[in-house]
Amino acid sequence: MDLTLSPAEQAFRDELRGWLEANNPGREPAGDEAAFEFRRDWQRKLNDAGWAGVSWPKEYGGRGATLVEQAIFNEEVVRARTPSVANVLALAMGGPTVIAHGTEEQRKRFLPPILSADEIWCQGFSEPGAGSDLASLKTRAVRDGDDWVVTGQKVWTTFAHHAKWCMLVARTDPQAPKHKGLTYFLMDMEQDAVQVRPLRQITGESEFNELFIEEARIPSENIVGGEGEGWAVAITTLMHERATLAFGLQVSVQIALRELLETARETRGFNGGVATEDPVIRQRLTQLMIESEVLRLNAYRGLSAIMRTGVPGPEGSLGKWHWSEVNQSLTELAMDIAGPRAMLSESDHNWSYRFLRARANSIEGGTTEILKNIVAERVLGLPRMR
Amino acid sequence: MNFGFTDDQQAIKRTAREFLEARYPLATVRALAEDGRGFTDGQWAELVELGWPGVIVPEELDGLGLGALELVVIAEEMGYALAPSPWFSTTCAALLLVAAGSSEQQGQWLAPLARGELRGTLAVWDEHSGWAPDHSEVELSPEGTLSCVKIAVPDAASADFLIVSGADGRHWVVERSADGVSIEPEEAIDPTRKLFRVALSGAPAEPLQLAGEALTGAYATIVTLLAAENVGVGQRAMEMAVGYAKDRAQFDRPIGAYQAISHRCAQMLLEVEGSRSLCYWAGWALAHEPETGPRAASMAKAYAGDAGFRVAASALQVHGGIGFTYEHDLHFFLKRAHANAHAFGDSRWHRDRVAELAGV
Repeated sequence: MDLTLSPAEQAFRDELRGWLEANNPGREPAGDEAAFEFRRDWQRKLNDAGWAGVSWPKEYGGRGATLVEQAIFNEEVVRARTPSVANVLALAMGGPTVIAHGTEEQRKRFLPPILSADEIWCQGFSEPGAGSDLASLKTRAVRDGDDWVVTGQKVWTTFAHHAKWCMLVARTDPQAPKHKGLTYFLMDMEQDAVQVRPLRQITGESEFNELFIEEARIPSENIVGGEGEGWAVAITTLMHERATLAFGLQVSVQIALRELLETARETRGFNGGVATEDPVIRQRLTQLMIESEVLRLNAYRGLSAIMRTGVPGPEGSLGKWHWSEVNQSLTELAMDIAGPRAMLSESDHNWSYRFLRARANSIEGGTTEILKNIVAERVLGLPRMR
Repeated sequence: MNFGFTDDQQAIKRTAREFLEARYPLATVRALAEDGRGFTDGQWAELVELGWPGVIVPEELDGLGLGALELVVIAEEMGYALAPSPWFSTTCAALLLVAAGSSEQQGQWLAPLARGELRGTLAVWDEHSGWAPDHSEVELSPEGTLSCVKIAVPDAASADFLIVSGADGRHWVVERSADGVSIEPEEAIDPTRKLFRVALSGAPAEPLQLAGEALTGAYATIVTLLAAENVGVGQRAMEMAVGYAKDRAQFDRPIGAYQAISHRCAQMLLEVEGSRSLCYWAGWALAHEPETGPRAASMAKAYAGDAGFRVAASALQVHGGIGFTYEHDLHFFLKRAHANAHAFGDSRWHRDRVAELAGV
């Protein structure tokens, strides 16, 4: 066991840190369009320096970094508080899925514009009637010559209004058992048959959209992984979502905790003293520090297990679930520290917004209940509930 | 960056698991729980053969010269087997002597301890005080003898010497057979670790050479070992619960198919793995990054103290009525997890210490 970075890993981190320090464009502007353009510029800057597809193979424009280097990258960009990139879903999920399941033509066609942010991607998985039970989705694709004609409705599609491509899972064989009749398509969003309507969320903003698809056309060459293989390909996408997010998430919790500590030191509690001297607040703050350490250590343990055995250890499946609980507790504590100001929308470090936004953490990217099912069935080997 | 064990550490873990599995089946644990001494000379001799009393003792003093992480590995397996043994109490004494003993004291007590000729223990809690070390009631006479009453001292009756803590972080070695030492068994909630009430009345005592800060690492290691035991205890309780949930059927299906049960089990895994990560980190830091060690140790103790008990309690709930019977073995694990949570600072105390060390 060695929990320090090797000289090579340290050199990688130092080079990255130096680059981020010199090139970080800072805070993004207000307004959806301006923020999007800002993120697109930032991603292009990253890509020009070879930092956009850190984990991607070199032959597809990536850096071919090791797992530890990917983890370092994910930690460092959060630590440097750089803006988000414009094509986050394609970089983290879509690209790796095409690399794993796509044809050589698809890799050549789709990967370069992902890295350059010339083509933005969104994800069309969930439907109004198919959330946790994703395989029961109803969006239908029917073959018509060399094309497929798609009709249905998708929901929670982040970035749909900027997207050129949609990772779309649709039912191609209604007769087959529900996991077997699905196919994974890359659907061109730039057609009238696809309508995007923003969904307003409890924070007031609109990160997500609804997608109304009325006889949209997709050429057969845009199927990833083969007809009827949609479920396996979708699982690859979801596994990438959960695995690569872990490192960024644990650092974001550490940063949030530092900010909460700053807030607590400047806020008076109900007994007149600063909040950090209130024994109950102190205990809760420390418990969060411990939990955030668990998130960090589990992420590294999971990584070591993958390097040793090629498969994630049991602790890997716990990260997203645990993170959502920690982030929710953290923002709830921020509200308790705020006292009567917890009733107001404006607050230091944007706590009121973060408090509301955190409610989605235990739902998005797999609900806690589904993640517990996965742990119970696949890690502990308990019988399936169905 | 590598979170895996070295080959040597893996070998220690494997040996410990196999040895303890063979020698301490639950029927043996139960028999020792009902015995006043809690171990046999033969059982101790086997641990001595493995070199376990001297894991942390330098090789020139006849020990194995290993570090905190190797102790953590063994402690986790001791918890998993719930093996009643004076190994923990003797290791506490060894840690304090390594950290604070003079070379004469180490020659006199530590080397024989490593060879298995002497056993030691650690007497910390005063009859009327809490855990805060500055509230000690120990009286030191001008002649250098000690008077005090210490409670919940592990394995005191079978130890050859006791290390007694006083105010200001000072510690003394007292021989069990000396004048003025009286030892009475206590009724412990956890019958797999024997606890005693030790009354000293003008007992001859030899002060350890160093005091205070010099002992920080030793105490941090002790709490990490208790946390590691709780990892093993929690792991075993979880395995018992999962096994039971697969076998036991109600309403025509195994109860593990119900989310009320399966999600409870998933929660156990979350807490056991979290405890394990913290313990391994603390063990590593105590050996390789001493400035982080005490904070990591208190984090591990706070988290695993809570988690060990919660997991065992949750496992009992999964078992239903049968889990509440004395016949079933689960309660031994619950009781050890509970006792460990309250030994050497409970979770609140350790969280407060983390706050202090982290500058909250």
